[in-house]
Amino acid sequence: MATRLPSVDVLVVGFGWTGAIVAQELTDAGLNVLALERGAWRDTPIDFAPTFDQDELRYYWRHELCEPLAHETLTIRNNAGETALPMRRLGSFLPGINVGGAGVHWNGQVWRFLPSDFVARTHNLSRYGKAAIPADMTIQDWSVTYPELEPHYDRFEYICGISGKAGNLQGQIQPGGNPFEGPRAREYPNPPMTMSYPPTLFADAARELGHAPFPQPSANMSRAYTNPLGVQLGPCTYCGFCEKFGCGNYSKASAQTTILPVLMRKPNFTLRTQSEVVRLNLDSDRKRVVSATYVDASGQEFEQPADLVVLCAYILHNVRLLLLSGIGQPYDPQTGQGLIGKNYAYQIVSSVNVFFDGKLLNPFIGAGAHGMIVDDWNGDNFDHSRLGFIGGGYVGVVQTGARPIETHPTPEGTPKWGSAWKRAVASNYLTSMSIATHGSVMSHRGNYLDLDPTYRDVYGRPLLRMTFDFTDNEHRMSDFITDRAAEIARAMRPREIKVNKRKGSWDVVPYQTTHNTGGAIMGGDPRSSAVNRYLQSWDVSNLFIMGSSAFPQNPGYNPTGTVAALAYWSAEAIRTQYLKSPGPLVSA
Amino acid sequence: MPNRKVSRRGLLAGAVGIPLAPAAIRGDMPWREGAADAPSLPRSGAGYLFFSSAEAAFIEAAVARLIPADELGPGAKEAGVAWFIDRQLAGRFGRGERWYMQGPWGPGLPTQGYQTRLSPAGVYRAAIRSIDGVVAREGRAGSFAKLQTADQDAFLKRLESGQVHLDGVETKTFFDMLLQNTIEGFWSDPIYGGNRGMVGWKLIGFPGARYDHSAFVARHGERYPLPPVGLAGRPEWTRS
Repeated sequence: MATRLPSVDVLVVGFGWTGAIVAQELTDAGLNVLALERGAWRDTPIDFAPTFDQDELRYYWRHELCEPLAHETLTIRNNAGETALPMRRLGSFLPGINVGGAGVHWNGQVWRFLPSDFVARTHNLSRYGKAAIPADMTIQDWSVTYPELEPHYDRFEYICGISGKAGNLQGQIQPGGNPFEGPRAREYPNPPMTMSYPPTLFADAARELGHAPFPQPSANMSRAYTNPLGVQLGPCTYCGFCEKFGCGNYSKASAQTTILPVLMRKPNFTLRTQSEVVRLNLDSDRKRVVSATYVDASGQEFEQPADLVVLCAYILHNVRLLLLSGIGQPYDPQTGQGLIGKNYAYQIVSSVNVFFDGKLLNPFIGAGAHGMIVDDWNGDNFDHSRLGFIGGGYVGVVQTGARPIETHPTPEGTPKWGSAWKRAVASNYLTSMSIATHGSVMSHRGNYLDLDPTYRDVYGRPLLRMTFDFTDNEHRMSDFITDRAAEIARAMRPREIKVNKRKGSWDVVPYQTTHNTGGAIMGGDPRSSAVNRYLQSWDVSNLFIMGSSAFPQNPGYNPTGTVAALAYWSAEAIRTQYLKSPGPLVSA
Repeated sequence: MPNRKVSRRGLLAGAVGIPLAPAAIRGDMPWREGAADAPSLPRSGAGYLFFSSAEAAFIEAAVARLIPADELGPGAKEAGVAWFIDRQLAGRFGRGERWYMQGPWGPGLPTQGYQTRLSPAGVYRAAIRSIDGVVAREGRAGSFAKLQTADQDAFLKRLESGQVHLDGVETKTFFDMLLQNTIEGFWSDPIYGGNRGMVGWKLIGFPGARYDHSAFVARHGERYPLPPVGLAGRPEWTRS
């Protein structure tokens, strides 16, 4: 029997980026906030010190900062005709565990979505007509607009100390920035990172072809920085161990390096680690959440009452917790009814390897978001008439480092082992680079999340089941932008290139991106969305659901900037509207 | 004296038989001396912990063909990769400790990834026994390790393309794991027993576990001047 604990004003479930943001904002409003985190405390000096952090085997290949699947995983299949089987080892995406979540081992690529991304349905309909959106493509508008989110993007960028170059300051296009971005109120807090050779070569070639390359917005510090909370970050050292690693130098923004030093000292904030929420409990009308049941490391059950509950776990865990708690109606792909689990989407990626003779690129010098990007083919930045798809993605060289177990490129036709392979690796490692494409995934009627009928976690609860595949729209889009990447590659006048298009069905084995989205989407009314424009559950008004689960479809950028902006937007609505009059912020 | 920053609070102070609330962290960023999460190092010693002598003979022969010693320098065998894989299989990786290993087990599609009931250690054990059995039946030698190197290469190519049937384990599952673990042993930090003398890193020009390249980021096209360094330093630092 669960032990009932004293009630708190706000219960935050999951303590990564959004948990830290929400707790910081709501403790500032004077509320008593408790965060429950299923993992352990993690911080720089003890857990990712530079004396042992640069360890490719441990952190990438043995996934020591990622979710242990023995505890909980999900099942996967490409379509409803297949039997879903468990993701037994990590591959395609890498959810985090412990304080800071996946925001500890992320790259730090911080984007704003395009203004047109937030009105994807009406924008594409008005520009291309009804035929542009197939019947099974279930995209919709967000019900929040870019101008509304702008101050919240800005807030996050200044909390993190983003290094970058504005492309659009209050409507004025700025040379050297992204000319396609929405207007921003002010410049980035820090100048762009110093570029190593590969991004520089890419930018030169792209410029020669008439494109507009710009430095990638980066949560890796281009210089020492003190953020608006007074927390200090150090300059990035370009060590090349960023993606899938913690940062030992306090140079990558994370909850630990930007918010926690202030939040943890507040008297009205408490964190309980090793405390995994297994269920939300509703009142008899099922209109209010009254408490969360959680299990500690020893297996003891506790019931934690709260006036307001904010879900801040990873998207897959948030959606699963809703399904396990019976909140909202599960989505049914046959009827199209129900909203929980609807519009799961992902990201589609491809690459082009570029091999030079004798050009020393030193690819091991890098950082998670250290690159030059071309955005000419993202979103609706280009005319899609007669292309047969909507959406797009960015093309760029992001030199994250070149840890050799992961990165040892060889030209087309090279065997995978033996002397010829060894020769090819040795002669190309220092003189090759890769252009990446990073594309949108539109939502589709057949791509969704629900509960698996067979497989269970350590508590005996059903695992989440993911049914997902890329559709023709995604393949056409990705092939199109990969061809553009290959054109830029050729313009670099290399010895040879290797084009790696994304062929076939989604495959769980190779790492792609940890950019899962949807399942508790936002929108303008309860018939088409699980949460309203403030991320408040339509069904349970004292429940707010943070994270990329709110994305109705996934634009062609990394999601964290928008996840954080939405968290600040939602927290502001809680502070300025909900606290005055608890209840639905939007009438159904 | 109890740590003020990590307190363990009783829900109902003094009540008997009432469980305590879990540890709460409040008031500061917790930190404890001597608690660094250092890597867990493999057990030392020259001998194998996991492999039998027959299995060791296979693995030494196989990794020597996957990354051979040649005019460019030492290969996987000289880099200690067989010992590296032994320690990996004897440890958490070999047990599949972080993986979801509950049933039921289905054959699965290639897009669904790893779907065997066997742990990595079990995959190696079943596959090597089966491979040596196939080689012996074909009659060129009593085991894989006793084949001529050209015949070993030919046999590995048949494994790679799935032309050899193995008992109890999918050929592709084993071959992909063997090749991946060989590459890991060749290029991981020497603290795990492979990449001896940093021969893997020296082969390609990777400078290892350095944490500050800021002086070199803008020096385009120049040869990086520093030798590789591992988490435990360089052999030159500790040579007497």
